[in-house]
Amino acid sequence: MQTWTADDTHFQPASDQSLLVYFGQQITVVAHQRVRKLLRLLEQEPIAGVRNLNPAYCSILISFNAVQLNHGDLEEILRGYLDRLHAMQIPEGRELQVPVCYGAEFGPDLNEVAALHGLTPAQAIELHASVTYVVYFLGFVPGFAYLGELPEALATPRLDSPRRSTPPGSVGIAGNQTGVYPFATPGGWRLIGRTPIAMFRPNREAMSFLSIGDRVRFTPISAARFAAMENA
Amino acid sequence: MSTIQVQAPGLQTTVQDLGRSGFGPIGVSPSGAADPISLRLGNRLVANDESAAGLEMMLLGGTLVFPQGAILALTGSDFGAMLDDVRLDLGTSVEVRPGQTLRLGPTSSGARCYVCVHGGIAVKSFLGSASTHILSGLGGFEGRALRKGDVLRIGSTSEPFRKRAIVPQASEHLSRRKVLRVTPGPQADWFSESSLRSFYAGAYRVGEQSNRMGLRLEGAAVTQRGAGEMITEGVSLGAIQVPVGGSPIVLFVEQQTTGGYPKIANVISADLHRVGQLRPRDEIRFEPATFDAARSLLIEQEKLLASRELILE
Repeated sequence: MQTWTADDTHFQPASDQSLLVYFGQQITVVAHQRVRKLLRLLEQEPIAGVRNLNPAYCSILISFNAVQLNHGDLEEILRGYLDRLHAMQIPEGRELQVPVCYGAEFGPDLNEVAALHGLTPAQAIELHASVTYVVYFLGFVPGFAYLGELPEALATPRLDSPRRSTPPGSVGIAGNQTGVYPFATPGGWRLIGRTPIAMFRPNREAMSFLSIGDRVRFTPISAARFAAMENA
Repeated sequence: MSTIQVQAPGLQTTVQDLGRSGFGPIGVSPSGAADPISLRLGNRLVANDESAAGLEMMLLGGTLVFPQGAILALTGSDFGAMLDDVRLDLGTSVEVRPGQTLRLGPTSSGARCYVCVHGGIAVKSFLGSASTHILSGLGGFEGRALRKGDVLRIGSTSEPFRKRAIVPQASEHLSRRKVLRVTPGPQADWFSESSLRSFYAGAYRVGEQSNRMGLRLEGAAVTQRGAGEMITEGVSLGAIQVPVGGSPIVLFVEQQTTGGYPKIANVISADLHRVGQLRPRDEIRFEPATFDAARSLLIEQEKLLASRELILE
């Protein structure tokens, strides 16, 4: 059922009203750039009958109205879009800071994560806050940013059984990804801290605090600072 | 201005329309009515646009008072509705006099009943839709299911009451099915032949923990061929994903927008409204369909829904 193009891009029907476009099968900066370019082009020049776009690490899911479009016709149109990707300009991501209060009740899994890697909690915090992360995409729930890459020395598998609810603002890690839970949702990522920043703000024009392509650094803050910022 | 007073909310009553499309890039799923066809028909019965907001009740209905009256229709499943002391039928419009009380009880058929009023339910629109997304507390009436004492506003009304009813043949065509037709999922080839066979041969029970986000299925476990590592990708409505334990989950209207579990199959669009009528403990089966067949069934269904003869006046 897969249709390959000249490079490693291919199409795969996901349902009778959706099509996946894959840019290879690996999380790479090149794939991420192509996802952003195609997303931007599809937003600038919408295809009639397309209803929704779900970008991810190296794919975009394109949902459409099957009364108006079918997989074959959509693929044909998309080939034309893909041919123009090399000429697409995407804006430089913003540089943003996310303050985090690490450990204790803010990050109940910090000690275990540190222990798993033979680190002290302070070293684990330092590592997490030591790099600039890229927002690969937003997904799962409103405003949830998939950030990479976590330093190798912190990469940790998901919890065996997910929590029923994670407090909003919880900063989690899973594999070599990190992210912030915007809402009290179930979640299997290991929680190492919490930010007082609202990641999804329905009353603002830019509802999501983070956007695809942004560059993010986590900065450690004290519990007192957390409380002050939360009440601000 | 006309209102609806919530005297008893029922198990989970939410304001829903046909959802918000196009916000995948910020992680917002469409939400909307779990059985959109019932909502669309209900809206037509009360002379609304098909996409107007109505109330979706789940398993156990609530009690609503209409201080200024309303034009109303119920669609979907039979919750034994009474208007004061008169039994109300599904699929027909009725004039509610000022002060009358609508009481719905437990379902005697499927999972959801829709209450549509002429003028629609007026709530502040969020990203172009009145739909409630319960998990994130967004949209609808204060982002949540209704509670006792809530007062809903009815949108502006223009038409006098006219008796309308859905033709019986249509209800038959759109009726409940326990066999859901599915197209292959994007990772169907990750599953062994024997797993695929048992997935299509066996019956699955809808789990108690099912909700608008997803339906958890109990039955033959489905196992992956190898230990392939999925890279998180966008997931479509009705996708049947299989987590590590092997128990499939049907992703539904309030679904996560992306996910990292392989999808074995996807419910066809023409059967999605039927998923919205499945109750916990219902037994279902899956039947394979091609993409072309699925598309033809959807086009046929939309043709029926668009026909003038569907509603008797």
